[in-house]
Parts: sequence; C-alpha cells; structure tokens
Amino acid sequence: MEIVMTIIAGTLFTSGVYLILSKTLLRIILGLSLFTHGVHIMLMSINGLKKGAAPLLDEQAASYTDPVPQALILTSIVISFSLTAFSLVLAYRTYREHGTDNIEKLRGQDHE
Amino acid sequence: MSLLHVAVLLPFLYTILVPFFFKKIARVHTGWFVIVVPLLLFVYFLSQFPIQNSQAPIVRSVPWIPSAGIDFTLHLDGLSLLFTLIITGIGCLVVLYSIYYMSMKREALHNFYVYLLLFMGAMLGVVLSDNLMVLYVFWETTSVSSFLLIAYWYQRKNSRYGAQKAMLITVFGGFAMLLGFLMLGSMAGTFSIREIIGMRDVVTSHSLFIPAMLLVLLGAFTKSAQFPFHIWLPDAMEAPTPISSYLHSATMVKAGVYLVARVTPIFGGDMNWFWIITIGGTVTLFWGAFMAIRQTDLKALLAYSTISQLGLIMSLLGIGSLALNPSYSAQIDLFTGAMLAAIFHLFNHSIFKGCLFMVVGILDHETGTRDIRKLGGLMSLMPVSFTLTVIGGLSMAGLPPFSGFLSKEMFFTGVLSVSRTLDQWTVLLPIAAWIASIFTFVYSMILVFKTFTGNYHPDRLDKKPHEAPLGMLISPVILASLVVLVFFFPNLVSYSLLEPTLHSVFPNLLGPGESFSVKIKAWHGLNLELFMTIGIVIIGTLLFRTFKKWMDIYYNLPRKLTLNSFYDRGLAGAENLSSRITSFYMNGSLHSYLSYMFGFLIFVVGGAFVLQGAFGANPAGASPITLYEYILAASIAVLAGFVIFVQTRLTAIIAVGAVGYLVSLMLVIFRAPDLALTQLVVETITTALFLLCFYFLPKLKSETVRIRLRLVNLLISIGVGTVLTLIGISAHSSSQFKPIATYFEDAYKLTGAKNMVNAILVDFRAFDTMLESVVLFTAGIGVYTLIKLRKSRRGSR
Repeated sequence: MEIVMTIIAGTLFTSGVYLILSKTLLRIILGLSLFTHGVHIMLMSINGLKKGAAPLLDEQAASYTDPVPQALILTSIVISFSLTAFSLVLAYRTYREHGTDNIEKLRGQDHE
Repeated sequence: MSLLHVAVLLPFLYTILVPFFFKKIARVHTGWFVIVVPLLLFVYFLSQFPIQNSQAPIVRSVPWIPSAGIDFTLHLDGLSLLFTLIITGIGCLVVLYSIYYMSMKREALHNFYVYLLLFMGAMLGVVLSDNLMVLYVFWETTSVSSFLLIAYWYQRKNSRYGAQKAMLITVFGGFAMLLGFLMLGSMAGTFSIREIIGMRDVVTSHSLFIPAMLLVLLGAFTKSAQFPFHIWLPDAMEAPTPISSYLHSATMVKAGVYLVARVTPIFGGDMNWFWIITIGGTVTLFWGAFMAIRQTDLKALLAYSTISQLGLIMSLLGIGSLALNPSYSAQIDLFTGAMLAAIFHLFNHSIFKGCLFMVVGILDHETGTRDIRKLGGLMSLMPVSFTLTVIGGLSMAGLPPFSGFLSKEMFFTGVLSVSRTLDQWTVLLPIAAWIASIFTFVYSMILVFKTFTGNYHPDRLDKKPHEAPLGMLISPVILASLVVLVFFFPNLVSYSLLEPTLHSVFPNLLGPGESFSVKIKAWHGLNLELFMTIGIVIIGTLLFRTFKKWMDIYYNLPRKLTLNSFYDRGLAGAENLSSRITSFYMNGSLHSYLSYMFGFLIFVVGGAFVLQGAFGANPAGASPITLYEYILAASIAVLAGFVIFVQTRLTAIIAVGAVGYLVSLMLVIFRAPDLALTQLVVETITTALFLLCFYFLPKLKSETVRIRLRLVNLLISIGVGTVLTLIGISAHSSSQFKPIATYFEDAYKLTGAKNMVNAILVDFRAFDTMLESVVLFTAGIGVYTLIKLRKSRRGSR
C-alpha cells in the first residue's frame, strides 16, 4: 500500500507543479494546495501505513502507529491553511489593485 | 600574543578611537592624536636593531586556524625591519605633514585617519607575516584601504574612477597571487614562507612551480604598478597628497617589490624568474620615464616617475636573483651587488619621492594648481620649497651629491654585469636603462625648472603664492636632509639596514662567519658607470632645451591603442555583458524563477539520487491494500489530474476541495483520527474561502500558452513528481534507524496525556506549536490588513 500511496502523492506533486507553473493566480494557489496534500500523504507512506492502532493510549493496543509524522502533518495542515488563506487574499488584493490576475503582466519594473 | 602582534594590531585598534577624537575634541587637529601610533611603532621597531645584527629573525606565532595550517605567525628579519621602518618612519612624517595639509574645518578627518591607520596596520601585516594566507589577507586590506583613500573626495568623479581602477587591477592581481600561494602551499604542504624556503628542492622540481611563479608575479606586478598594469597609479593621484606620498610612492606600491624579494629564496635562480622580472622591470622603467615627460600635472609626472623607479628596482631584483643560480656562481658578487642596489634604491626612492610629493602638495596648497603650464618663477617666492625640489629632483635624476646618485651607479653596474655575463643581445638592457635614465633626467629638470624658474604668471594662479607654514615644511626637510646625509655617509645605512636585508633575501648563500660586502662609495674611479652618468647629463640637458621641438611625438600616439582606452573599453564591455546575462535569466517572471527551482530539484536532487544509486523498492514490509482503498486512491489521482484541464473556476475549486476531503478519508484509514478531523475542518474553511474569493476573482481564461511552453511545464511537473516519488519509495524501503515512536508510548506517564499526537504537540514540542500559532496569527493579521487596505494614498499617484 505504501508504494501505491507514494505514487498517488507523486500524481498530486505532478499536477500541483503544473498548476504552479501556470499564469493565473487562482491556479497557482490551487496547485499549492494539491502539492501540500501530496506532501502529507508521502510523509505518512514513508513511515509505513496501518502498523497498529491509532496513537491513543485508551485503545490498549499491542502496537500503535508512529505518532511523530502525524504530529508533523498536523502542524503542516495548519500552516498550509494559513498560507492558502493569505495567498488567496493576496491574489484578491492584487487583482483589485492591478486589474489582472496574470502573473506575466505583474512583472516588476526595471530599476535601471 | 606577543609585542610584535600588538604592534601590527595597534593601528587597527586605534581606529576605534579616532572618530571620538574628531567629534569630541574638535579644537585639536585629529592628526596630533594619530601621530602617536606611528611614532610609538617607529621607536619600537628601531629598538629591534641589535637583534637584527645577530641574523636571527624574531618569530612569534599565535595559532589561528591550525586545521588549515594557518597560524598568525609574525617574523621580523632584516627585510621586514627595513620595511617596517619605512612604513612607520614615513608614516610619522606623513601624518605630521597632513596635520597642516588637511583642513581641520572642511575635511572629514576621522575618515581620513581611520583609513590611514587601517592601511598602516595592513602594510605592517604584509611585511611581517610569515604565513602566506595571513599575508594575503593583509595584502588585500591594503588594496581596500588604498581604494578608500583614493576615493576620499568621493564627490569627485575622477576620484571614484581612480579608486575603482586601482581596486580592480590590484585585486585581480591579488586573486592571482592567492592562487599562486595555494599552489605553493600544496607543493610544500605548508603555508609558512620559512618552511617553504627550507623545502626549496621539492618546490623547484614540482610541475606547479612555473604556474605558481607566474601567478605570484602577477600579484606583485599589479601591486607595484609594473607595465602593463601601471595604468592605475596615475589615476590614484586623485587621493590627497599626503596619501600619494605615503601609499602611492613610499609604501604600498613597494609591497610587490617586497613580495618579490621575500620569495626570491624560493624562486630565485630560475631563469624564467630572472627574465620575467628583469625585462618587465626594464620595460616599466623605460615606459614610465618616457611618459612622465609629457605630463602637465605635477602629481601625474611624479606618478609616472614612481612607476619608472619601481621598474628599476624590479629589474635589479631580477638581476640579483641570479646569485642563486649555480651556473653563475663565479659572478656571485656582482649579482649580490645588484640585489644590494635594489634594496638601497628602494630606500632612497622612499625618501626622495616622499619629499617631492610633499613639496608638490605644498605647491598645490599655496598656489591652487599643480599644472606646470601655469606655474613658473616661484624660486624667489618659495625658496625653501625650491631647495627641497632641487635636492629631491637631482637625487631622482641620479646626480651627486645626493643619495640617488649612489644607487643609480649601482644600478648601472648591475645591468652592465648582466650584459657581460649573459648572451650578446642582453647589451640591450644597459642601453634601455641608459635611455630611460636620460628621460628621468629630463623630467626631473622639468619638475625643478618649469615650476621654479622662468616667468612668473600671477594672473594664472588662483591664490597669491607664498612659502608654506613651518609645520608643513618639517617633514620634507627631514627627508631631504636624509637624502644628502646618505650620500655622504652611505655606510650608516649599508651596515645597519642593507646588510641584514641582504641576509634575509639570500638566507642560505653564505657560510657561517661570512658576510656580504656592502661598502658603498661615492667615488669609484673613472669607469663606464661614471661616463654613462656624464652622458646622461649632457644629452638630457640638450633634450630639455629642445623639449618643445620633439614633444610632438607624444601626440602622434594613436589614442585608441593606449592601455587606458583598452581598460575603459574592457570595463564597459564587461559591464554590458554581465548586465545582458543577468537580465537574460532574471527576467522578472515568476514562471521562470519557479522553473529554475524545480529544474534544480530535478537535476541536482534527482541527479544525486541516480548517481548514488540510491533507488530501492522493498515491498516486503508493506501493508496490504483493500479494494476500497484502491478506489479512494484512484479517485484522488483522477481528480488531481482533472484539475489541470478544468476551464471554469467553480469546477476547479470543487475538484481541489474533493481531493482534500478524500485525503481526510485516507487519513482515517491511516489511523490518524486527529489529522482526519483537522483536515476536514480546514478543508471546509478553505473551500469556503475559495468560494468567497471566487466572487471577486476573474474567470479562468483558457491560457493562451504556446504549445512548446506547455510541453516544458508538463515535463518539469512530471520530472518533479517522478523524482519525489522515487525518493519516497526508496526512503520507505530502507529504514536506517529504529523509529523513536516507542518513546511516546510512555506519554501518559511523562505528560498525563493519553493521545500521543497531542502530547507531542502541546508538551514534547510545545515551542513548535507555539510558533505555529504565531504563524497562524501573523497570517490572520496579513489577511485582515489586505482586506482592509483601501489604497489610502490612491489620490497621491
């Protein structure tokens, strides 16, 4: 299952990167979102899946799933949420100020 | 840490105090506080004399980076002592002179003296370091302080131009020299100069010997303004005159000479070494003297004269190095004599040129111009300056009774001995030297007579000239009296200073108990050298008289072929090229920058992965997978692929949201209930946010991207996906270490929490979680601000 899930993560990376490389701000943000999902799945898979009960001591199980990646991912979910929220509002503001959501038109001016 | 280290570091430490003196004690000229440093150091180095005569160098070492073989080792022998005395002695006089030259009210004296002290410390470091790497650091520090001092009046365009030129050329040479040093270090296995000299046989037979020699010489030639790298020195004259007198004639430009002398025990004796230095020096001698005549600015004249004199010293160093060649052991006295002449002339040049620069500074200060065409007839108005110029100028021209005469004669002896010892054609050397000396005579005459005799033109001068204040005259008077004193009593310096120096240049030449013959005499019979001098005076006077008739040859030189225009065009071309290259890849497009990053990931990370042969798939320990999980996984993949092709906003957003919900279902299967819950909540909010923004953001247009670009994007994304997938599979298949998970199974005992993930987040790694909240909070503030921001300055556009 781990290999299958890693490949699924790979497809998420692929479409994430493809969207990130496009010109529209909304697509870029959607791409970022897909990319993080890929990272989460991959982190879980590298460690091995379904190796015991959920890491809750109440379960009284013989073995538990590794809690470390879960703690990592929990942090990552929250951070990526704040990233998505911020970039969405940034895209909105950019569009309002500049009238375009095409990043090729949003190049800076030359300083010289 | 020894007193010697303190001596080198003292100027650096003192720079901290200088700004306070300038700001807090504004009534007293800052120079009076600064002069303490060179004075103390001069006395300190003078007190080292008795030790020098016993031939045993003082070595003091402080470990610095022992693992790289770099120690802060200082090493005081005859050669170093001569230089330290010049640096601190002339340093004293220059600071004294600058007190009267630099106005207390108008100038940024704190900058001036900080740079000056910086230079003094660095220069002492150069001549005292035994470790090549330490020497290099000090060497570049002198370049930097020289840059700062040339650009001291940074408001002027020419100052900035000159500073940049000096910096580029000397630092270019410095880098070459560093390479040479590294080669030397790899040949000998040590960076200590003394130890490398001890391993001379290993070094000379090594294949890197010649490259190392060329690179080290490149450093020395650029620093000592040898042809064709001399072009920076005339432009460096934009510096205040005390600096020109100190750095650009007496000390810093001699660093290259010092380096050549210092490594002569390593390279000397090799015929390439001899030819390069001798010919390079002679060409510089000739060209500098030839170009000095056409200058109309007195400082430019002196700059070319300095170039020329440095060439003279260089060529003598080359000739002297033959003493180490076993095939010429019969003429060993002649060649050590040439080396003695080099050292002697170095000393003489420092004093007479220092004096001349100071007098030119006085002229500039008192008349407001340094242009020869405007000056003239100042003899009666400025009698002391006139006397000083005569002494310095005639010493430069090589006439008795001034010290320059002695070393000039010794120089002729040196070049004549080459032509008598080596092939026929080397007779060109004494001829070139003789012609160059005629030019030297002519420009010395121009300096003395065009300024002080002839018609006085008060209308061409900005100020009414009068003799300089006493304080300004003290320093050049001291130097000028030295010039005369050395002529009458040359053996005062020859036994105390020159002989120990010769010992450090040729450490292994003498057996125990022997000593070099360093007796210098003013009169040595009616020999060829004397006739050469007489010829110089006669022809030189004729040329000076007929100067107007033949000076046209200078204006027939094609302007485009000069080295300066070559430098200027090269610099402009390099700037143009680099700006074109930079704007080629720094094109302001986010797409390009992201492509570089992903490309880097694919090629470097993926490349390393392939090269290391790190791939490994081991399905043995994998968990079983059910049909339901297959369907879930496949839906994620299909939806992810689907988003790429979607043309409407709403569908894209819903598809991404669906992926998120499926991932949270997956997390349930992965036995991660907390994650599943969080993901569910976050996904809901995110989708809501997307939909909110959907209202404001424009419709997705089908991107009109060229098919080629689209293909590139596709390749990049497939590459990234593949590389990461392969790394993920390999990482899973090979677990190098035991997981630390079991530790957290004691979570209840350790923290009182039954949920391990929670225990990690709020207890074991509580700081991480706190900072995570900070991130969330910051993002929240950002969101709020961006929404509320109503371009309040809209009207001001």
